[in-house]
Amino acid sequence: MFTNKYIFVYSTILVVVAAAILATAAVGLKPYQEANVKIEKMQQLLSCVGITSTPKNAEELYNQYFTEELNIDKTGNVCTINNATKPVYICTKDGKKTYVIPVNGKGLWGAIWGNVALSDDLTTIVGVTFDHKSETPGLGAEITTPSFQKQFDGKTIFEGKNFTSVKVDKRMGKDNPHAVDAISGGTITSKGVSAMLYDCLSFYVPYFNKLKAK
Amino acid sequence: MEKQNKEPIFSTKNIRLLKNPFNKENPITVQVLGICSALAVTAKMQPAFVMAISVTVVVAMSNLICSMLRNTIPPRIRIIVQLVIVSLLVILVDQLLKAFVYEISKQLSVFVSLIVTNCIVMGRIEAFALNNKSFPSFLDGIGNGLGYGMILMVVSFIRELFGSGSLWGYKVIPQWFYEHGYANNSLMIMPPMALIVVGLIVWFHRSRNKDLCE
Repeated sequence: MFTNKYIFVYSTILVVVAAAILATAAVGLKPYQEANVKIEKMQQLLSCVGITSTPKNAEELYNQYFTEELNIDKTGNVCTINNATKPVYICTKDGKKTYVIPVNGKGLWGAIWGNVALSDDLTTIVGVTFDHKSETPGLGAEITTPSFQKQFDGKTIFEGKNFTSVKVDKRMGKDNPHAVDAISGGTITSKGVSAMLYDCLSFYVPYFNKLKAK
Repeated sequence: MEKQNKEPIFSTKNIRLLKNPFNKENPITVQVLGICSALAVTAKMQPAFVMAISVTVVVAMSNLICSMLRNTIPPRIRIIVQLVIVSLLVILVDQLLKAFVYEISKQLSVFVSLIVTNCIVMGRIEAFALNNKSFPSFLDGIGNGLGYGMILMVVSFIRELFGSGSLWGYKVIPQWFYEHGYANNSLMIMPPMALIVVGLIVWFHRSRNKDLCE
Protein backbone atom coordinates (compact mmCIF):
# COMPACT_ATOMS: atom_id res chain seq x y z
CA MET A 1 0.00 0.00 0.00
CA PHE A 2 2.72 2.52 0.76
CA THR A 3 5.65 2.03 -1.60
CA ASN A 4 9.20 2.97 -0.70
CA LYS A 5 9.02 5.77 -3.24
CA TYR A 6 5.93 7.18 -1.55
CA ILE A 7 7.66 7.08 1.83
CA PHE A 8 10.73 8.90 0.50
CA VAL A 9 8.71 11.59 -1.23
CA TYR A 10 6.37 11.95 1.74
CA SER A 11 9.13 12.39 4.29
CA THR A 12 11.08 14.76 2.05
CA ILE A 13 8.09 17.05 1.55
CA LEU A 14 7.25 16.93 5.25
CA VAL A 15 10.76 17.87 6.31
CA VAL A 16 11.10 20.64 3.73
CA VAL A 17 7.78 22.18 4.73
CA ALA A 18 8.72 22.00 8.42
CA ALA A 19 12.10 23.57 7.72
CA ALA A 20 10.52 26.40 5.72
CA ILE A 21 8.09 27.20 8.53
CA LEU A 22 10.85 27.20 11.14
CA ALA A 23 13.15 29.35 9.06
CA THR A 24 10.40 31.92 8.52
CA ALA A 25 9.58 31.98 12.22
CA ALA A 26 13.23 32.32 13.22
CA VAL A 27 13.84 35.23 10.86
CA GLY A 28 10.57 36.94 11.71
CA LEU A 29 11.00 36.75 15.48
CA LYS A 30 14.69 37.57 15.65
CA PRO A 31 14.33 41.35 16.19
CA TYR A 32 12.03 40.78 19.17
CA GLN A 33 14.35 38.19 20.71
CA GLU A 34 17.41 40.37 20.27
CA ALA A 35 15.62 43.31 21.85
CA ASN A 36 14.87 41.11 24.87
CA VAL A 37 18.49 40.06 25.23
CA LYS A 38 19.59 43.69 25.01
CA ILE A 39 17.12 44.76 27.68
CA GLU A 40 18.23 41.93 29.94
CA LYS A 41 21.84 43.11 29.63
CA MET A 42 20.78 46.65 30.51
CA GLN A 43 18.90 45.36 33.54
CA GLN A 44 21.95 43.47 34.73
CA LEU A 45 24.14 46.55 34.37
CA LEU A 46 21.54 48.62 36.23
CA SER A 47 21.15 46.14 39.07
CA CYS A 48 24.93 46.04 39.40
CA VAL A 49 24.99 49.74 40.33
CA GLY A 50 22.00 49.28 42.63
CA ILE A 51 19.18 50.52 40.42
CA THR A 52 16.17 48.24 40.25
CA SER A 53 14.44 48.18 36.91
CA THR A 54 11.65 46.38 35.09
CA PRO A 55 11.88 45.24 31.47
CA LYS A 56 9.62 48.19 30.59
CA ASN A 57 11.69 51.03 32.04
CA ALA A 58 15.15 49.43 31.67
CA GLU A 59 16.02 51.21 28.45
CA GLU A 60 14.93 54.61 29.79
CA LEU A 61 16.86 54.20 33.06
CA TYR A 62 19.87 52.89 31.20
CA ASN A 63 20.00 55.92 28.94
CA GLN A 64 19.52 58.16 31.93
CA TYR A 65 22.35 56.78 34.09
CA PHE A 66 24.81 55.11 31.74
CA THR A 67 26.51 58.03 30.11
CA GLU A 68 29.46 56.34 28.43
CA GLU A 69 30.39 53.05 26.84
CA LEU A 70 34.13 52.83 26.19
CA ASN A 71 36.26 50.18 24.55
CA ILE A 72 39.62 49.57 26.17
CA ASP A 73 42.62 47.86 24.61
CA LYS A 74 45.18 45.93 26.64
CA THR A 75 47.53 48.86 27.09
CA GLY A 76 44.72 50.79 28.74
CA ASN A 77 43.87 53.18 25.93
CA VAL A 78 40.36 54.02 24.86
CA CYS A 79 39.94 53.10 21.21
CA THR A 80 37.39 52.02 18.67
CA ILE A 81 35.85 48.60 19.07
CA ASN A 82 37.76 45.63 17.65
CA ASN A 83 38.53 42.03 18.53
CA ALA A 84 41.14 42.88 21.13
CA THR A 85 39.14 45.47 23.07
CA LYS A 86 36.89 45.00 26.06
CA PRO A 87 34.08 47.31 27.08
CA VAL A 88 33.61 49.37 30.22
CA TYR A 89 30.28 50.99 31.04
CA ILE A 90 30.31 54.23 32.97
CA CYS A 91 27.34 55.16 35.09
CA THR A 92 26.89 58.67 36.44
CA LYS A 93 24.57 58.86 39.42
CA ASP A 94 24.30 61.87 41.74
CA GLY A 95 27.45 63.30 40.14
CA LYS A 96 29.51 60.23 41.02
CA LYS A 97 30.96 57.90 38.42
CA THR A 98 30.71 54.13 38.68
CA TYR A 99 32.68 51.87 36.35
CA VAL A 100 30.98 48.64 35.39
CA ILE A 101 33.21 45.88 34.04
CA PRO A 102 31.64 42.85 32.38
CA VAL A 103 33.33 39.58 33.32
CA ASN A 104 33.01 36.06 31.96
CA GLY A 105 34.57 32.72 32.71
CA LYS A 106 33.79 29.08 33.29
CA GLY A 107 32.04 27.29 36.12
CA LEU A 108 31.66 23.57 36.60
CA TRP A 109 29.18 22.73 33.83
CA GLY A 110 29.24 25.74 31.58
CA ALA A 111 29.80 29.43 31.19
CA ILE A 112 29.46 31.92 34.03
CA TRP A 113 29.40 35.67 33.57
CA GLY A 114 28.54 38.86 35.35
CA ASN A 115 29.32 42.52 35.96
CA VAL A 116 31.50 44.20 38.57
CA ALA A 117 30.79 47.81 39.52
CA LEU A 118 33.73 49.83 40.87
CA SER A 119 33.37 53.16 42.61
CA ASP A 120 35.21 56.23 41.28
CA ASP A 121 38.38 55.32 43.24
CA LEU A 122 38.61 52.33 40.82
CA THR A 123 39.43 50.06 43.75
CA THR A 124 36.31 49.49 45.80
CA ILE A 125 33.57 47.19 44.56
CA VAL A 126 30.12 48.70 44.99
CA GLY A 127 28.11 45.86 43.48
CA VAL A 128 28.30 42.67 41.46
CA THR A 129 25.91 40.49 39.52
CA PHE A 130 26.60 36.96 38.42
CA ASP A 131 24.71 34.61 36.20
CA HIS A 132 25.40 31.15 34.86
CA LYS A 133 24.31 28.80 32.15
CA SER A 134 23.99 25.48 33.93
CA GLU A 135 25.54 25.39 37.42
CA THR A 136 24.00 22.98 39.94
CA PRO A 137 20.93 24.49 41.64
CA GLY A 138 21.50 24.95 45.37
CA LEU A 139 25.29 24.61 45.00
CA GLY A 140 27.12 26.44 42.24
CA ALA A 141 23.98 28.27 41.14
CA GLU A 142 24.04 30.10 44.49
CA ILE A 143 26.36 32.65 42.87
CA THR A 144 23.24 34.34 41.52
CA THR A 145 21.77 34.89 45.00
CA PRO A 146 21.90 38.31 46.70
CA SER A 147 23.45 36.76 49.82
CA PHE A 148 26.50 35.66 47.85
CA GLN A 149 26.73 38.86 45.81
CA LYS A 150 26.30 41.14 48.85
CA GLN A 151 29.60 39.84 50.21
CA PHE A 152 31.47 41.69 47.48
CA ASP A 153 30.26 45.15 48.50
CA GLY A 154 33.14 47.19 49.89
CA LYS A 155 35.85 44.69 48.94
CA THR A 156 38.85 46.13 47.14
CA ILE A 157 40.76 44.85 44.12
CA PHE A 158 44.00 46.76 44.81
CA GLU A 159 46.35 46.65 47.79
CA GLY A 160 48.16 49.93 47.46
CA LYS A 161 49.32 49.78 43.87
CA ASN A 162 49.25 46.00 43.50
CA PHE A 163 46.36 44.31 41.79
CA THR A 164 44.93 41.62 44.06
CA SER A 165 41.49 40.91 42.57
CA VAL A 166 38.97 39.36 44.96
CA LYS A 167 39.33 35.70 45.85
CA VAL A 168 36.43 33.38 46.54
CA ASP A 169 37.78 31.04 49.16
CA LYS A 170 36.65 29.19 52.23
CA ARG A 171 36.75 30.91 55.63
CA MET A 172 38.62 33.90 54.22
CA GLY A 173 35.86 36.38 53.66
CA LYS A 174 35.38 37.91 57.05
CA ASP A 175 38.39 40.12 57.68
CA ASN A 176 40.15 40.01 54.32
CA PRO A 177 39.37 42.99 52.08
CA HIS A 178 40.33 40.97 48.99
CA ALA A 179 38.29 37.81 49.57
CA VAL A 180 34.77 36.54 50.09
CA ASP A 181 33.48 33.24 51.44
CA ALA A 182 33.06 30.44 48.91
CA ILE A 183 29.92 28.36 48.57
CA SER A 184 29.98 25.05 50.39
CA GLY A 185 29.45 22.30 47.86
CA GLY A 186 30.16 24.71 45.03
CA THR A 187 33.93 24.57 45.12
CA ILE A 188 34.57 24.47 41.39
CA THR A 189 32.09 27.24 40.65
CA SER A 190 33.63 29.33 43.45
CA LYS A 191 37.09 28.81 41.99
CA GLY A 192 35.63 29.68 38.59
CA VAL A 193 34.36 33.00 39.94
CA SER A 194 37.77 33.69 41.47
CA ALA A 195 39.57 32.98 38.21
CA MET A 196 37.01 34.90 36.19
CA LEU A 197 37.44 38.01 38.35
CA TYR A 198 41.22 37.78 38.23
CA ASP A 199 41.45 37.19 34.49
CA CYS A 200 38.92 39.76 33.42
CA LEU A 201 39.79 42.54 35.85
CA SER A 202 43.53 42.26 35.27
CA PHE A 203 42.93 43.23 31.63
CA TYR A 204 41.72 46.61 32.83
CA VAL A 205 44.59 47.31 35.25
CA PRO A 206 46.55 49.49 32.75
CA TYR A 207 43.38 51.47 32.12
CA PHE A 208 42.74 51.93 35.83
CA ASN A 209 46.33 53.05 36.39
CA LYS A 210 46.05 55.61 33.63
CA LEU A 211 42.84 56.99 35.07
CA LYS A 212 44.33 57.15 38.57
CA ALA A 213 47.41 58.96 37.29
CA LYS A 214 45.26 61.74 35.86
CA MET B 1 -14.42 3.76 7.22
CA GLU B 2 -16.08 6.50 9.18
CA LYS B 3 -19.79 6.90 9.42
CA GLN B 4 -21.29 9.41 7.06
CA ASN B 5 -24.04 10.78 9.29
CA LYS B 6 -23.28 14.29 10.51
CA GLU B 7 -23.04 14.95 14.20
CA PRO B 8 -23.38 18.36 15.85
CA ILE B 9 -20.14 20.17 16.68
CA PHE B 10 -20.64 19.88 20.41
CA SER B 11 -22.33 16.52 20.63
CA THR B 12 -22.26 14.69 23.96
CA LYS B 13 -19.41 12.58 22.62
CA ASN B 14 -17.31 15.64 21.82
CA ILE B 15 -18.13 17.31 25.14
CA ARG B 16 -16.97 14.17 26.87
CA LEU B 17 -13.64 14.42 25.02
CA LEU B 18 -13.19 17.84 26.55
CA LYS B 19 -14.41 16.98 30.04
CA ASN B 20 -12.97 13.56 30.75
CA PRO B 21 -9.33 14.69 31.05
CA PHE B 22 -10.40 16.91 33.94
CA ASN B 23 -11.55 13.97 35.96
CA LYS B 24 -11.36 10.27 35.23
CA GLU B 25 -8.84 10.47 32.41
CA ASN B 26 -6.60 13.18 33.78
CA PRO B 27 -3.19 12.89 32.15
CA ILE B 28 -1.26 13.57 35.36
CA THR B 29 -3.23 12.05 38.20
CA VAL B 30 -4.71 9.06 36.37
CA GLN B 31 -2.56 8.35 33.34
CA VAL B 32 0.55 9.60 35.19
CA LEU B 33 2.02 11.25 32.10
CA GLY B 34 4.00 14.48 31.95
CA ILE B 35 5.09 14.27 35.58
CA CYS B 36 8.61 15.55 34.92
CA SER B 37 7.59 19.00 33.75
CA ALA B 38 4.77 19.12 36.29
CA LEU B 39 7.38 18.88 39.05
CA ALA B 40 9.84 21.28 37.49
CA VAL B 41 7.77 24.30 36.50
CA THR B 42 5.27 24.53 39.35
CA ALA B 43 7.23 26.57 41.89
CA LYS B 44 5.44 29.74 40.73
CA MET B 45 2.04 30.19 39.15
CA GLN B 46 3.05 32.38 36.21
CA PRO B 47 5.51 29.98 34.56
CA ALA B 48 3.16 27.09 35.31
CA PHE B 49 0.36 28.92 33.51
CA VAL B 50 2.52 29.64 30.46
CA MET B 51 3.65 26.02 30.45
CA ALA B 52 0.03 24.83 30.62
CA ILE B 53 -0.95 27.03 27.69
CA SER B 54 2.09 25.91 25.68
CA VAL B 55 1.36 22.22 26.25
CA THR B 56 -2.32 22.72 25.40
CA VAL B 57 -1.43 24.44 22.13
CA VAL B 58 1.09 21.76 21.22
CA VAL B 59 -1.18 18.81 22.06
CA ALA B 60 -4.20 20.32 20.32
CA MET B 61 -2.35 21.37 17.17
CA SER B 62 -0.30 18.18 16.85
CA ASN B 63 -3.48 16.12 17.35
CA LEU B 64 -5.22 18.18 14.69
CA ILE B 65 -2.40 17.97 12.15
CA CYS B 66 -1.72 14.27 12.69
CA SER B 67 -5.41 13.52 12.45
CA MET B 68 -5.73 15.43 9.18
CA LEU B 69 -2.74 13.55 7.77
CA ARG B 70 -3.69 10.21 9.29
CA ASN B 71 -4.65 8.51 6.03
CA THR B 72 -1.51 9.64 4.24
CA ILE B 73 1.04 8.77 6.92
CA PRO B 74 2.83 5.50 6.07
CA PRO B 75 2.58 3.33 9.22
CA ARG B 76 6.22 2.32 8.95
CA ILE B 77 7.46 5.87 9.56
CA ARG B 78 4.55 7.20 11.59
CA ILE B 79 6.52 7.83 14.79
CA ILE B 80 9.08 9.88 12.86
CA VAL B 81 6.34 11.86 11.15
CA GLN B 82 4.71 12.54 14.52
CA LEU B 83 8.03 13.63 15.96
CA VAL B 84 8.65 16.06 13.12
CA ILE B 85 5.23 17.62 13.60
CA VAL B 86 5.51 17.80 17.38
CA SER B 87 9.01 19.24 17.38
CA LEU B 88 8.03 21.77 14.72
CA LEU B 89 5.23 23.02 16.98
CA VAL B 90 7.39 22.99 20.09
CA ILE B 91 10.15 25.01 18.44
CA LEU B 92 7.56 27.52 17.23
CA VAL B 93 6.14 27.86 20.75
CA ASP B 94 9.65 28.20 22.20
CA GLN B 95 10.56 30.93 19.72
CA LEU B 96 7.33 32.82 20.40
CA LEU B 97 7.89 32.67 24.16
CA LYS B 98 11.46 33.93 23.73
CA ALA B 99 10.19 36.83 21.66
CA PHE B 100 7.20 37.90 23.73
CA VAL B 101 7.51 36.61 27.32
CA TYR B 102 11.28 36.48 27.69
CA GLU B 103 11.42 36.45 31.51
CA ILE B 104 9.08 33.49 31.77
CA SER B 105 10.77 31.63 28.93
CA LYS B 106 14.01 31.89 30.92
CA GLN B 107 12.38 30.37 33.98
CA LEU B 108 10.90 27.56 31.90
CA SER B 109 14.31 27.09 30.24
CA VAL B 110 14.66 23.58 28.82
CA PHE B 111 11.22 22.45 29.83
CA VAL B 112 9.60 24.06 26.81
CA SER B 113 11.83 22.11 24.43
CA LEU B 114 11.16 19.03 26.53
CA ILE B 115 7.46 19.21 25.61
CA VAL B 116 8.62 17.16 22.61
CA THR B 117 9.26 14.25 24.92
CA ASN B 118 6.19 14.89 27.05
CA CYS B 119 4.35 11.60 26.98
CA ILE B 120 0.97 13.34 26.82
CA VAL B 121 1.66 14.62 23.31
CA MET B 122 2.79 11.37 21.68
CA GLY B 123 0.34 9.41 23.81
CA ARG B 124 -2.67 11.34 22.55
CA ILE B 125 -1.54 11.18 18.92
CA GLU B 126 -1.00 7.44 19.04
CA ALA B 127 -4.06 6.65 21.11
CA PHE B 128 -6.54 9.07 19.59
CA ALA B 129 -5.59 11.30 16.70
CA LEU B 130 -4.51 8.54 14.32
CA ASN B 131 -7.91 6.83 14.55
CA ASN B 132 -10.29 9.76 14.76
CA LYS B 133 -11.52 12.71 12.75
CA SER B 134 -9.79 16.07 13.02
CA PHE B 135 -12.29 17.95 15.12
CA PRO B 136 -12.69 15.34 17.89
CA SER B 137 -8.89 14.99 17.89
CA PHE B 138 -8.50 18.73 18.33
CA LEU B 139 -10.96 18.69 21.23
CA ASP B 140 -9.18 15.71 22.76
CA GLY B 141 -5.93 17.69 22.59
CA ILE B 142 -7.49 20.77 24.19
CA GLY B 143 -9.07 18.62 26.90
CA ASN B 144 -5.87 16.82 27.75
CA GLY B 145 -3.79 19.99 27.66
CA LEU B 146 -6.18 21.76 29.99
CA GLY B 147 -6.46 18.71 32.25
CA TYR B 148 -2.67 18.80 32.56
CA GLY B 149 -2.80 22.57 33.04
CA MET B 150 -5.39 22.31 35.80
CA ILE B 151 -3.13 20.09 37.91
CA LEU B 152 -0.20 22.42 37.20
CA MET B 153 -2.20 25.39 38.45
CA VAL B 154 -3.35 23.59 41.61
CA VAL B 155 0.17 22.42 42.43
CA SER B 156 1.74 25.80 41.70
CA PHE B 157 -0.95 27.58 43.75
CA ILE B 158 -0.05 25.50 46.81
CA ARG B 159 3.69 25.72 46.21
CA GLU B 160 3.82 29.46 45.57
CA LEU B 161 1.51 30.29 48.49
CA PHE B 162 3.47 28.31 51.08
CA GLY B 163 6.89 28.48 49.43
CA SER B 164 7.12 32.15 48.53
CA GLY B 165 4.13 33.67 50.35
CA SER B 166 2.82 35.07 47.09
CA LEU B 167 0.34 34.25 44.33
CA TRP B 168 0.97 35.15 40.69
CA GLY B 169 3.99 37.13 41.91
CA TYR B 170 1.97 39.30 44.32
CA LYS B 171 2.62 39.05 48.06
CA VAL B 172 -0.48 37.70 49.77
CA ILE B 173 0.83 36.76 53.19
CA PRO B 174 0.99 40.03 55.16
CA GLN B 175 4.24 41.28 56.64
CA TRP B 176 2.60 41.03 60.08
CA PHE B 177 2.82 37.22 59.88
CA TYR B 178 6.55 37.30 59.19
CA GLU B 179 7.15 39.70 62.05
CA HIS B 180 5.47 37.21 64.36
CA GLY B 181 7.64 34.28 63.37
CA TYR B 182 5.98 32.88 60.25
CA ALA B 183 8.48 31.68 57.66
CA ASN B 184 8.13 30.52 54.07
CA ASN B 185 8.61 26.80 53.70
CA SER B 186 11.60 26.53 51.41
CA LEU B 187 11.01 22.81 50.89
CA MET B 188 7.90 23.89 48.98
CA ILE B 189 9.93 25.44 46.19
CA MET B 190 12.06 22.32 45.80
CA PRO B 191 10.97 19.62 43.31
CA PRO B 192 10.42 16.88 45.97
CA MET B 193 7.53 18.84 47.44
CA ALA B 194 5.89 19.00 44.01
CA LEU B 195 5.96 15.22 43.93
CA ILE B 196 4.37 15.08 47.37
CA VAL B 197 1.68 17.62 46.39
CA VAL B 198 0.89 15.67 43.21
CA GLY B 199 0.75 12.54 45.35
CA LEU B 200 -1.75 14.18 47.71
CA ILE B 201 -3.89 15.24 44.75
CA VAL B 202 -3.83 11.67 43.38
CA TRP B 203 -4.82 10.37 46.83
CA PHE B 204 -7.67 12.85 47.15
CA HIS B 205 -8.83 12.14 43.60
CA ARG B 206 -8.88 8.40 44.12
CA SER B 207 -10.60 8.61 47.47
CA ARG B 208 -13.48 10.36 45.66
CA ASN B 209 -13.46 7.94 42.72
CA LYS B 210 -13.26 4.42 44.08
CA ASP B 211 -13.37 2.90 40.59
CA LEU B 212 -9.93 4.37 39.82
CA CYS B 213 -8.27 2.24 42.50
CA GLU B 214 -6.72 -0.95 41.25
